[in-house]
Amino acid sequence: MSEAPDDLKYTKSHEWVRLNDDGTVTMGVTDHAQSLLGDLVYVEVPEPGRELEAEEACAVVESVKAASDVYSPLAGTVVEANEELADAPETVNSDAYGAGWLMKLKLADPDSLDDLMDASDYLEYIDSE
Amino acid sequence: MLIFEHSRPGRRAWAQAPQQADMDAADDLPQELLRDDLPALPEVSEMQVVRHYTRLSQKNFSIDTQFYPLGSCTMKYNPRACNTLAMLPGFLARHPLAPASAGQGTLTCLFELQEMLKEVTGMQAVSLAPAAGAQGEFAGVAMIRAYHDARGDTERTEILVPDAAHGTNPATATMCGYKVREIPTDEVGDVDFEALRKAVGSHTAGIMLTNPSTLGVFERRIKEIAGIVHDAGGLLYYDGANLNAILGKVRPGDMGFDVIHMNLHKTFSTPHGGGGPGAGPVGVSARLEPFLPIPLVGYDGDEYHWVTERERPQSIGRLSAFMGNAGVLMRAYIYARMLGREGMNRVAEYATLNANYLMKRLENAGFDLAFPTRRATHEFIVTLKRQKQQQNITAMDFAKRLLDFGFHAPTTYFPLLVPECLLIEPTETESREELDGFVEAMIKILEEAEQTPDLLREAPHTQPVRRLDEVRAARELDLRWVAGG
Repeated sequence: MSEAPDDLKYTKSHEWVRLNDDGTVTMGVTDHAQSLLGDLVYVEVPEPGRELEAEEACAVVESVKAASDVYSPLAGTVVEANEELADAPETVNSDAYGAGWLMKLKLADPDSLDDLMDASDYLEYIDSE
Repeated sequence: MLIFEHSRPGRRAWAQAPQQADMDAADDLPQELLRDDLPALPEVSEMQVVRHYTRLSQKNFSIDTQFYPLGSCTMKYNPRACNTLAMLPGFLARHPLAPASAGQGTLTCLFELQEMLKEVTGMQAVSLAPAAGAQGEFAGVAMIRAYHDARGDTERTEILVPDAAHGTNPATATMCGYKVREIPTDEVGDVDFEALRKAVGSHTAGIMLTNPSTLGVFERRIKEIAGIVHDAGGLLYYDGANLNAILGKVRPGDMGFDVIHMNLHKTFSTPHGGGGPGAGPVGVSARLEPFLPIPLVGYDGDEYHWVTERERPQSIGRLSAFMGNAGVLMRAYIYARMLGREGMNRVAEYATLNANYLMKRLENAGFDLAFPTRRATHEFIVTLKRQKQQQNITAMDFAKRLLDFGFHAPTTYFPLLVPECLLIEPTETESREELDGFVEAMIKILEEAEQTPDLLREAPHTQPVRRLDEVRAARELDLRWVAGG
């Protein structure tokens, strides 16, 4: 059974988003996504400063099975990317919601966060998929 | 064990030694370019060399020894005659810089191959220049770009690619400077028509389609799709990956495609996979003909000649020196000539018959099909999602266990849209007995999955190596042998 913490928001393409105290958001891929992908062997994160549209492909996660795009959950600007994943992609598998975060975004529209699913909706969604 | 590990100082094998070993032959080279130490080559006897490489070859799983349900994607059988005839000295020894007048035989073959590929795909013209499928794709999308540019139609920035596409399609579109827009697939395996309709517009440069798609089904609304894209001013690109299913039966040109690349190794008996060398001819509709990569082979009714920049000023240019991989093209030519028109029809008929036979037998044996309402093309997809949920047995476990039964595994985990999938493609050359043997093995493994699942999880048991640690191999690449290391 996949985990999905209650304090996060989720997308249909299996990204999670956490609202930080400074108004930025942190995002990564969900536990469900990492379990489908299997052990990651490569992660590519976007350059800070890059402007992203919602649902724009912005990162790549690669396992021995497949290379998959990660999509920006919402429109915004990348303020920080998790560079440590380059040397330790397995962190996404072991700690998808913590140290395995991919990037921090400054949202173009802070209210857009409400467009995403909450944990119970997301769990229902992956159950039906 | 590597050949280097057999090495003992001073041991020699003379079979490959130069007939006149003049060790001083390099003494006119500048001193600073000469090496001080001898290269670290293995020092082994002739017998050791023979045994080492024979043993390695015996470890191979190969189409010569086993059924390979990866099919035309990777391992369709190449008749021996193609190789033998392409190696005739007259073809083999021709120098690429020799004048056309001294190579009329080779040029005749290449011209006729162009004509045959035109006929079988229904396109207006064909160029054999691309040296591999990837280069063919690149040439195809480059022609789309050149076409729009030549018309001053520069607002077209997007290429549409269904999510079932081969990964090379979005990669090629990106290489050619286009933005990729993904089109979803509906639940029965066709392109989501409404999503397509919404995505098409004045910014659409084209759409890249594989038909039959990677989901092993024929795109039924292809004519309508062509209509929508053409009406918006976009062009249709046909990825020839699955041409084997429709050879001589349906023609991409008749479906409305403007450009096609053909992976000759998949359908026309040329070397496979990373071993190459490759050939990826492109065919085009009339409006793209001026942009074809050069050289082409032309015929003036008397002599064959190279068609170059002079005759094709709008060409996207040359993709390599000379004419692409002539030796590979020769194999495709011989294969096509051996088959003839009727033989090509039979390729498609038997490829699809074999696939549908396997699909029905596996379905009856209790396997879940990804698209149970659809007829298979030359390939079909089994999903082991249920086995994953119930027994925690994966597609990879099944694939590895098949090796123990003497069958190569089918493609696993592709297409990405289908969870825990096996993409099975028998091709036209397998006998019914061979297919039945494969089904028996699959049924046995299905029983094992329920009764002795660890047999699958720990498979393979009979191969030179057991389950490989693919994750570690990817994370800690170790490809180089180091002397004394």
